[in-house]
Amino acid sequence: MSGGFPADRFVDRLLGAGFDFFVGVPCSLVKTPLAELERRGLYLGETREDAALGVAAGAFLAGRMPVVIMQNSGLGVSLNALGSLHLLYRIPVLLLVTWRGYQGEDAPEHLVMGDVLPRLLELFAVPFRAPLPEALEADVDWAAARMRETRRPVALVVRPGIFE
Amino acid sequence: MTLADALALLTPAIPDGTVCIHANGYIGRAGCAARDRDECFYMIGSMGLASSIGLGVALAQPRRRVLVLDGDGNVLMNLGTLATIAAQAPPNLLHVCFDNGAHASTGGQPTISDRVPLDEVARAAGYRFVGRVETRAALADGAPAFLAREGPAFLLVRIALGPPGPPAPRIPYAPEVMTARLRRALGVPGDRQGTR
Repeated sequence: MSGGFPADRFVDRLLGAGFDFFVGVPCSLVKTPLAELERRGLYLGETREDAALGVAAGAFLAGRMPVVIMQNSGLGVSLNALGSLHLLYRIPVLLLVTWRGYQGEDAPEHLVMGDVLPRLLELFAVPFRAPLPEALEADVDWAAARMRETRRPVALVVRPGIFE
Repeated sequence: MTLADALALLTPAIPDGTVCIHANGYIGRAGCAARDRDECFYMIGSMGLASSIGLGVALAQPRRRVLVLDGDGNVLMNLGTLATIAAQAPPNLLHVCFDNGAHASTGGQPTISDRVPLDEVARAAGYRFVGRVETRAALADGAPAFLAREGPAFLLVRIALGPPGPPAPRIPYAPEVMTARLRRALGVPGDRQGTR
C-alpha cells in the first residue's frame, strides 16, 4: 500500500474487532484516526494519559473494550496505572501508542523515549506490534484476540507515516 | 468526625446497586469495613485515578449510579479529571472527597487542601452541584439528598485526621477478584475469567 492507511478503514476495523470505547491524549501521528473518531462522536479527550487509562479501566469494568490513544511521551506518565491498575487487576486495554523519536530522527524531546519505547513495553510485559500499513488490520485483530485471551494490556505502536 | 465516622453516616444511605469506586490508601480499607457490596471496587494502587475510573463506569453505563469515594491527596494528584468530569457532565456520577488535609496512610504528611479548597476547585471546573459539610449532623442531614442529586455532583466532607495507623484491615480480595465481581454485578455477559 503506498501512502498511509485510511483512517476510516482503521476505525471500522477497530469497531469490527469489538473495540467500543476510545479515550486519550492526542499526537500528530494519529491525527487522522483521532479526527475520524471525533467525527463519529466516539472519542473522549483526557487531560493526561494515566487519567485516560483510569477512564478506560472504568469502561472495561462496565463491559466495554477500551482503546487508549497516546503519544509515547505519555507512556511514561502511564506506567504506574499500567503497573498498579491494569496489570494488577487484570484489566485489558489496547494502547495505541505513537512512536515519536523513531530511529533517532525527531525533535530532541522525543529521543530518549523514542529510543527506549520497545524495551519499556517489554519491561512491563505489554505485548506489542508496530505494523506497516499492510499489516495494520490483521494486527488490530491480533490485539483484540490477545486482550480477550490474556486480560492484559496490549499495544499497537504507530510509526511515522502509517496513517494517511 | 473521623473517616470511619463519616463512612458510618454515609454508607447506609447509599442506594443498593450504586457502584462505589474507592480511592486507595485508608479510604478503601475503611470503606470496605463500613459496607462492602459486589458493586464496590477498592483501589490498592494507582493513586489519583478513582475519579477517572468512576467517570469511565458512568459513561459506559449511563443508567447506573456511580459514587466515587475520594480523598484530598487523591483529588490533588488528578485535578485534571475534575475538569474532564465537569466537561463530560455525566448525570449519574457523584463524587465525595473526604478531606483530612493529609496523606494519612503514609504518615499524615500535610496536603495543601487547607489553602486550596477542593470544593471551590470542583465548582470552578463546572460540577453541576458542589456542597461542603464539616459536622456529623450536617453529613447525616445532607447525605440522602446528595445521593439523589443529578451529577456531576461533588461533596467535600471535612474530616479530622484519625489516630495513627490504619482504620481497618487491608482489602481482603485479590485485585482480579474485585474486577470480576464488579463486572458480574454490572451484568457484563460472559465474564468468567479473572476469578481464580
